[in-house]
Amino acid sequence: MRWKRIRAIAVKEMIQIRRDTRSLIIALFMPLMQLILLGYGVSLDIKHVPICVYDQEGSQNSQALLKHFQASDYFSITALLGNYRQVKRALDSDLCRVAIVVPHDFSERLSDQGSSTVSLLADASDDNTANIAIGYAQAVVATFSGNVQLEAAGFGGNPPPQGGVLLQERVWFNEGLDSRYFIIPGVIALIMALVGALLTSLTISREWERGTMELLISTPVSSNEVMAGKLIPYFVIGLADAVFCLVFAVFWFHVPFRGTLFTLFFTTSLFLVVVLGVGFLISAGIKSQIGATQIAVLVTLLPTSILSGYAFPIDQMPPVVQTITYLVFARYYVTILKALFLKGSGILDLASPIFAMIIYASVVAFLAGRAFKKTLD
Amino acid sequence: MNPGEDTLVEASHLDKSFPGVIAVNDLSFTVQKGEIFGLVGPDGAGKTTVIRLLAGVMAPDKGTVVIDGIDVVRDPERAKEHLSYMPQRFGLYEDLTVDENIQFYADIFEIPPSLRQERIVPLLTSFGMEEFRRRLAGQLSGGMKQKLGLMCALIHTPKVLLLDEPTTGVDPVSRRDFWKILYSLREEGVSIVISTAYLEEAARCHRLALMYKGRIEHCDTPDNLKKLMPGTLLNIESSQARKVQKALQGQAGILGVLLMGDRVHVTVDDPRRKAEIDRALREEGIEAHPAVPTEPSMEDLFVELLKKEERG
Repeated sequence: MRWKRIRAIAVKEMIQIRRDTRSLIIALFMPLMQLILLGYGVSLDIKHVPICVYDQEGSQNSQALLKHFQASDYFSITALLGNYRQVKRALDSDLCRVAIVVPHDFSERLSDQGSSTVSLLADASDDNTANIAIGYAQAVVATFSGNVQLEAAGFGGNPPPQGGVLLQERVWFNEGLDSRYFIIPGVIALIMALVGALLTSLTISREWERGTMELLISTPVSSNEVMAGKLIPYFVIGLADAVFCLVFAVFWFHVPFRGTLFTLFFTTSLFLVVVLGVGFLISAGIKSQIGATQIAVLVTLLPTSILSGYAFPIDQMPPVVQTITYLVFARYYVTILKALFLKGSGILDLASPIFAMIIYASVVAFLAGRAFKKTLD
Repeated sequence: MNPGEDTLVEASHLDKSFPGVIAVNDLSFTVQKGEIFGLVGPDGAGKTTVIRLLAGVMAPDKGTVVIDGIDVVRDPERAKEHLSYMPQRFGLYEDLTVDENIQFYADIFEIPPSLRQERIVPLLTSFGMEEFRRRLAGQLSGGMKQKLGLMCALIHTPKVLLLDEPTTGVDPVSRRDFWKILYSLREEGVSIVISTAYLEEAARCHRLALMYKGRIEHCDTPDNLKKLMPGTLLNIESSQARKVQKALQGQAGILGVLLMGDRVHVTVDDPRRKAEIDRALREEGIEAHPAVPTEPSMEDLFVELLKKEERG
């Protein structure tokens, strides 16, 4: 390995990137676009679920219950309906996701038997939203029913019920339960994977396609020098993109960053080695630029967005799929990023995902070093 | 063949096949210091493959290539320090300027900065490229691209220069300049292996290898090769050259008729056929100068030898 030759290739590559619009767009605009699109577009929070109400009773009690729904941030009442046919139509036409039906004997049963029921109809075509909405509705009804019990106890002259177990909740790490905090760190992994692999996947195939490789391989330059020289510029671009993402996440989206910069850059460098190595492997194996790009997107974007846990929690996947995620190198980086941003974990807390990344990086670097052959055969 | 001290290129028993094709078949030759060695032959004869094998960008199935005493297959990186190769397709970076391309190859060959100026400036001057230093290589004309390719190939003063059809698509003036440079290199002791489709260029080589179906069928100096021509060659100038060709084809004693613009080259078994030919043309009413015995050109030779090969 001669440093001068590596530098020559790196400088040449840098000039070419600067003059290639496509590479510039991938390197500079793609991170920004992804951050904005995914930062604003993907939200797992469910607020203001539209609900419809069919109040068969129309009493003070039923109105009080509905006010609880109205007052909650999670729901907004979009229509008051008069019969079941209208309820069905409202659900069919997406006027609401959830319908609450208060029966005509609601107050009567409440005072006679001390308990009553309301029914909830949910549109479960989006099961996730339906589940969460049902949960919220249960909470609203529970609060209402707690008040009713208190009142009842008060009227009877007895002291309010004591004892039982009360749950005191305290949410850590993402105190506001804001799903953007959960998603943005993962988006950074997605951006690095995509940008790194896309850019490098072009680097070797471009030279084959344009015929410049035949001349380059006729020189004494070694294949490792070619690899090092070609990857250095993309490594620098990758780190620059990481800084950009960090600044954007913290100052624009106000995601807290509680870890150390050292751990962030150390793990980011490891991740870049893997991503660039994979891009280089693809590039060395596929001699056309179009083919290389397609494969690069296939092996980085898809597994990273679906199986890394960046938005879809891994522990909720079926066991077989969970096992597969161990092969997705982005999952380790996503774990690390989330811990760094939200928990402020130290390098020792993250020893096992870091260890996995080191193994991954070594294997990929080894394979990439052997993949590129200086021959036309 | 016993390679002497001055042998810079020694190819022995090279074999190379691709799926369905035998591109190079048991091929051997040597090139001496300061020699221009030409490879000619029809398309698909294997010229490009031979040059690629010499350049070490492709490995032979069998056989060896030794460049200045270094085995290219076993020690490619060291051999490549003494080699320069210009592929048939332009191999420089079109999105880099002339200067950037030159600097890149100077870096790759580790030319010390102190030596660079004294090498690059004379090259730029003698190639007439000073004013294009800042131009992108992709915006150069075909001839200038080839000159730039040659400059980058010469930046490390190689001992062996391998050129694969370097003048294809280059205008005649640039082609003449190109050959001037090759001759001056030869005087510095550089060995040149060049493949070409232009037969008048082939005549400028010291030795020529005529390739056919992966083999060298004849290998000698152009003059000696011309002696292989059977019979005598007559040149007939005529404004109706096509009619002359038609009238003479297949006549007794005529071995071959080759149309060359407003001339016709006729190969005859005996020089005395000249009188017969002149008379025949007069009788046909074709306007033509009398036939004159002439030296065979490379093209005559080439066509004649290939005909022999195809007959088996």
